[in-house]
Formats: sequence, structure tokens, C-alpha cells
Amino acid sequence: MAEGIKDRVAIIGMGCTKFGERWDDGADDLIVEAFMEAMEDAGIEKKDIGAAWTGTCYEETSVGKSSIPLSVALKLPFIPSTRVENWCATGSEALRGACYAVAAGAYDICLALGVEKLKDTGYGGLPQNEVQWGTVRRFVDANQTAPGMFAMLATRYFSRYGINPDEGKRMIAMVSAKSHRNGALNPKAHLRREVTVEQIINAPIVAWPLGLFDCCGVSDGAAAAIVTRADMAKQFRPDPVYVKALQISASSGEEMLYDDDWTHVESSTRAGRSAYQEAGITNPRQQISMAEVHDCFSITEAVTMEDLQFSPRGKVKEDIESGFFELTGELPVQPDGGLKSFGHPIGASGLRMMYEMYKQLQGKAGPRQIKDPQFGLTHNLGGVPSINIASVMIVGL
Amino acid sequence: MVGITSYGAYIPLLRISRKTISGATGWLGSIGLPGEKAVANYDEDSLTMAVAASIDCLGKLDREKVDELYFATTTSPYRERQGAVIVATALDLRPDIRTADFSNSIKAGTTALLSASDTLKAGSAESVLVCASDCRQGKAGGAQEQSCGDGAAALLLGDDGVIATLEGSYSLSYDFVDYWRMEGDRFNRSWEDRWIRDTGYSKFIPEAISGLLSKYNLTIKDFAKVVYPSLYPREHASIGKKLGAEPEQIQDQIFATAGDTGTAYSLMMVVAALEDSKPGDKILVVSYGNGCDALFLEVTGEVEKARDRRGIKGHLSSKKELDSYERYATFRDVLAVDTGRRGEEIGVTQLSTLWRERRMVLGLCGSKCRRCGTPQIPRQIVCVNPSCGAVGEMDVYRFSDKKGRLITYTGDALAPSPNPPAIYGVVAFEGGGRYNFDITDCELDSLSVDMPIEMSFRRKYRDESRGIHGYFWKATPERA
Repeated sequence: MAEGIKDRVAIIGMGCTKFGERWDDGADDLIVEAFMEAMEDAGIEKKDIGAAWTGTCYEETSVGKSSIPLSVALKLPFIPSTRVENWCATGSEALRGACYAVAAGAYDICLALGVEKLKDTGYGGLPQNEVQWGTVRRFVDANQTAPGMFAMLATRYFSRYGINPDEGKRMIAMVSAKSHRNGALNPKAHLRREVTVEQIINAPIVAWPLGLFDCCGVSDGAAAAIVTRADMAKQFRPDPVYVKALQISASSGEEMLYDDDWTHVESSTRAGRSAYQEAGITNPRQQISMAEVHDCFSITEAVTMEDLQFSPRGKVKEDIESGFFELTGELPVQPDGGLKSFGHPIGASGLRMMYEMYKQLQGKAGPRQIKDPQFGLTHNLGGVPSINIASVMIVGL
Repeated sequence: MVGITSYGAYIPLLRISRKTISGATGWLGSIGLPGEKAVANYDEDSLTMAVAASIDCLGKLDREKVDELYFATTTSPYRERQGAVIVATALDLRPDIRTADFSNSIKAGTTALLSASDTLKAGSAESVLVCASDCRQGKAGGAQEQSCGDGAAALLLGDDGVIATLEGSYSLSYDFVDYWRMEGDRFNRSWEDRWIRDTGYSKFIPEAISGLLSKYNLTIKDFAKVVYPSLYPREHASIGKKLGAEPEQIQDQIFATAGDTGTAYSLMMVVAALEDSKPGDKILVVSYGNGCDALFLEVTGEVEKARDRRGIKGHLSSKKELDSYERYATFRDVLAVDTGRRGEEIGVTQLSTLWRERRMVLGLCGSKCRRCGTPQIPRQIVCVNPSCGAVGEMDVYRFSDKKGRLITYTGDALAPSPNPPAIYGVVAFEGGGRYNFDITDCELDSLSVDMPIEMSFRRKYRDESRGIHGYFWKATPERA
């Protein structure tokens, strides 16, 4: 019987760059910046690292293939180094690799670092890459982008639950307004401006019904974590953060080709269920103290609240309206501003989410500090609603 | 007796009033022609329209029975790569058939028809599909910009279930250079209009008709309908009058409703004549272009079985006005619009991959599990039904002729498109199978969740730098 990861690995150091349009910095600058902060936080030296995992998604527009960009940028001394890629869940995948290596007993200390330099394409949004879903799907896929694919979640969700488009727009606008409020408190966030629900509703449409403020920031950035064996963690610091669950669920294809629900994300639902089991969580709405979820679009966050069992199916609107997910609410979501406001350098995002949970658990989140958090959850979704990879991680003290 | 066993047509949804064109280009001295013309959408061309007309013609007939396919056009997208075989693959016809393109003259439509008839008479085939389609473009401000319209016709020929027998023909071939396009020319050129009218249409058509009548010892009064083209309405009427035809014998032209559709023009009028015909009617048909083909048909009682086509009447009445010349000029690639840096990034079309996947990409064929019966697209090896999971037990399954329901949709302003926003959605097919498809011939506001849709063969992208047009299927709201 598999034992799971619970309480076998601890995070002892983390780093995260400021996210944003870092016109004057390359991916190597971002890698070094995140790494140096993590090393200083952990109080270790480069020679202490047994192996490294790096996550980057759009290698063709920034660093190139393999883990070489990481090893060379940091001059890692010929240690094992692995590059992973799992769409927007790439950063979480890098952390998962590092954690499993430590849990397996192969290394005492591992590095996970995610980086993405998105702002060198010459246009807004994610890179246009017609073969990113493979050379066969290039022939048959619609002329689609990320906002459009997630917009279709909103279209169907509104229709299924009898929410008229105006009410629906208002519901998801409240999601973004909350994240902007939180992000405004975060010096490392990309978009640090509060916006009103009315501004969000009236913004130009990107992919109907999603407007500009329903979409997350497209940013440059990097984030890093140093992990070690749980039994060694307190040698490094008094307040290590322990991994309670690392779960990932990849689509089988049935959501896209067989099922036609389009009001939830099946892999998020399943990854959440597995993570709660691994961590021993029986009532997520009560037991999870805070969460950083994959709010690539406002509707994604709304639906994720249901996928992760924070809200009953079809009822997230009530929780959004009651302020349940606000920084001052019962289950704060996106305390750091989320992808929406902190920004979304693909390969870094999963680790950026963990950075906030880590700081919150250590009581170092400044004006965003949540009172006495016990369990923090990250949810990192790569792909589109009907076909994707969902990661759910739970950490605690 | 060999003849037409089924007919179909296609006219694009979009129409532009010639006033809209002359309003935009009048400063160039352009004339104002009457009526409107049919405009291929930005994702349509002669190939896609030929496929649509063929689908209208084939209806529920068994496509396995088609032995040959002839495609007539002067606007095939490729100089070398046969159009007919692209149409045949899109229609998911058998591969052991003969295909041929008839081209370089706007009378090629009737020439293809006569060749098909000869093939059948020779016993080389039992069923031949002839489609004609054109999408000719005149330069901005010129007469042909207003006269040329876009459309297609398809006729199935055979000797079983004939709705109109092909009784005889008479052809004229003259190197009469009225309109021409050289290798590499995008737009048509022409000689003086009055010469084309008086020496071309007004002499060749009477000569062809007289030749046919005399060859078969017939008079004009023997015909219920006389079908012939002329771009000049007054001369069109006077040609018939001089031949002794009564006005009601003369088939209405589609010049003021669809425009001069080139190779398809006379065949589209044949379809219109068949729609109104009754058993026993004789129909005289003449085409024009480097001479004429004249032929005559006799309608049988079987014609009543072919009334459910959209045909000319159905397509003419189902239309949407394009009220902007700038949009028209963009769709027809006269105006180069900026689709941004994003729009410049076109991936390589792997032709070896396309070859492997041709039935899926061009024919919209997926698979159907033999064990559980689940249709699935794109084709799968392992059954997608989670309670089945059979491996390698798939039959090829065609989705192009299935109706569907729109599960969800969006209008995407970020995706590069000549007609933003790019509209796409998830289609669930009747009987099973679902996938994301572009949606065309619609406005975002006209869509709703669960509305019925149908599939249409379209040009998906153009990679000019590598000389590739990519084709696939899009969803459209059911055409009224």
C-alpha cells in the first residue's frame, strides 16, 4: 500500500521574483534572483543541493529546451538536473519532482525552480504556437486561445445554472476585484491596482463573456523552493513547512471527446479528492485555511471553488457574494493576488502559489497575513477546461 | 438513358449590393450594375463551395456508388494539386475512382458534364459527380469586381433513377479572348465590354442554339426552358427574342442575385430550371466561354424525388447582407489587413501527417468503437468510453453529414482572424462524438447554448509563405 507523501518532506527555503513585464531582464536574471532569495532563506550553500528540477513551458520563446539553462545560469556543479513541463502546471511539477526525490531518500536537499520569460513574443497573451497541441491537432483544432477556451466554461456554466449573462459577468467580476484588492497589498505582484466591479464588467471583451480584467496577467518571473527530508528540516529553520499532499490528475480525453458537461473541470475535482485523502482532510471547506488556485481566468477560479469542494456545485455565486473567499473571509483565496494580479509566468506559477502559502504559514505575509492558518492549498491547472493537467498540493506546519 | 440523377447547388450566405461596391469605388469611375452578388466568406473558395454543392446534390445517396468526380473551375487554389481529389476526399468518396479538373474556361462546367455523359455512355462508370465552382475576382473599381459572384453547382449523372435525360449536345470552340488571366495573375483582365457583348454573347449563343436545333431537328418552341447566360440583361432578353422564344421560356438569370459565377453559372441555372420543371419538360442549356456548349435535357417523372435540395431557390433566399465594402475587400483578400504579430505565426503543415490523417482532416471521419458503439473524433485507437476501453476495435465513422448541438461557445478577440472575433464552440454530434470547432457564417449574438448546427467544409488557414491552404470543417448554424 502506497504511503503517500504526507509529512515526509519539508520546504525550508523559497524565493520569488517580482512578476511583471521585466523588459530589462532575461530568463537567466530571473532564475538567479529567485534562486538567491531561496538559498538565503534556507541558509544553505550551492554545494548542499543534491539535485535540481526546473520547470519552463514555452521554451521556444525563452530559455530553450532541457535543464541546461538552469544549471548553466546558476553554475550548478554537475549535479543531476531535470527539466519538466506540464503546461501551466509546470511549476508544481518541478516541485513534485524535487519532493519525490527527497522522499525516496535519493537526496537530502533538492531545488525546484520555475521560470518563464513570456514578454519577448512581440504581442499580448500567451505565445501563438499552432503545434503546441501536436502536429495532428494543428489540422483540426479551432482557432482558439486560452481566454476563449476558458470563456466557454463561463458560457455553459451560466446557461446550466440559469445565470443570465449580466449576473454572470457580475459574479466573475467580483472574483477579479477581490484578487486585485489582495494583489494591491503585494509588492511582488505584477498588477497592483484595485479595480471596481463596474470597471471589470465594462472592460473590453477578450473572449466573450470574459473581459480584460477576467484574464490574468501575462508576466515574466521565476520562483524557487528548497526541500529537504522532514526529519532534517528543523536543522535549517524553526518553521519549516511540511508537505501534506502532492496530487496530480491528467485528462484521459473523455472530458473533451465523450462527456459534455463543460461546467466543471474533472481533473481538478479528482486531484482535489486525492489530495484530501493523502492529507487526511475530510471537510475541505472547514479544514483548508487558505488557497492559491489557478485563476487564469475569473471563471476558472469560480468553478475551481466547486471542483475543490469549497462550494457546492452550482452554488459558488453565493460564496462569492458573501465574501467567503475574501482575505477577511472564512477561506481566503488568492491572498497574494493570484494569477490575476500577481501575474502568470507559466513555469513559475505553481511555485509562486506555494511561496505565498509558505510565507502565510510562517506568519510573514505582512498586510495580507491570514490569522493562524493550518493548511494551505495550491491548485495549478495546465491546459484548457476539457483537457488538462491539474495539480493540488496541501502544505501545513 | 444517361442523364442527371441528382442536383444540388451552393451559394454563400453573404451578399453584397453592387451599390455598396460602387459607393466605395465610384471615385475610380466604376459603373453601377444592378442587384447584388454572392460573396464567398473569408474561409470559402471554389473548393469549399464545390464540396457544399456536392453535399446538397448527394443528400442521403450512397457515396460509395460514385465512380468518378469532375471538378470545373477557373479558380482552383492550386496550380499543381488536383482540386477534384480534394473535393472527393472531403466528400469521403472511395479512393478507387477517377477524378479530373476541367479548367481555364468558364464553359468548363458544361464540358465536364458532357464528358461525364460520354464516360457513362461508354460504360466506363455508372455514376459520375460533376461539380463546378468559381470564385473569380476583379480588381477594385473594375466592372468584374461587380459582375463576378461566387457559387457552385453539382450534378450527379448516371443511368439509374434519371431525373433529366441528356439527349444531345452541340459545341463551339473559339479562341475569343474576352477575359483572361495569365499564370500568376490574381485578377481577371478583359477586352472591350461592347465587343464581348455584341460579338461574344450575342453571336455565339444564338449560333450554338441554332446548331443544336438543326442537329436534332428541333425548334425553340419544343423547349419548356431555355437556359443561357449573358452579363447584359437587355441583350440577354433580345437573344431569346431573336431565336423566337417567349419570355416565359427563358430561364431567369442569377446575375442580379448571385452574379457571374463562372464555370458554375449555366449549371446553377440548370439546377434552378430543374427545381421548377415538370415531367416531360425539355430544357435547352447553353454555356459561354471561349465558345459555347449547348445541350438539351428531358425531365422525367423521377424529378419529383429530388425536391428536397436547398438548390438555387433555398440558397438564394437564405442570405445575409455584407454592408461594408472594406469587409468584402478583406474577405476577398483585396485589402491586406493587419492581424498583428500573432497572425504572422503560422506553423508548418506537415504533408506526410496530412496524408496519414486525410480522412479525418479533409473527410471529417473519426472512429466508432465496434464493441460499445461510441463515435469519437478525432479518431482514437483506445476507446474513449471509460467503461469500454477497447483497443484497436474501431471502424471509420463519418461526422461531416451528422447534425450537432452547440454545447458552449465564445467569440475570441485575441485569436488572429480576418473576421474577428474568432467564433468557436463545442459541438456534440447526434449519435455521439464531440469536439471543438470553429463556427462560421454567424454572428456571436445569434448563437445560443444547445442550438442545432451543421458542418461545413472550409479553408482553415492560408500559409502563403509555403504555398499551402489548409482545409477543415467548421460548424455553422443550420442554414434556413
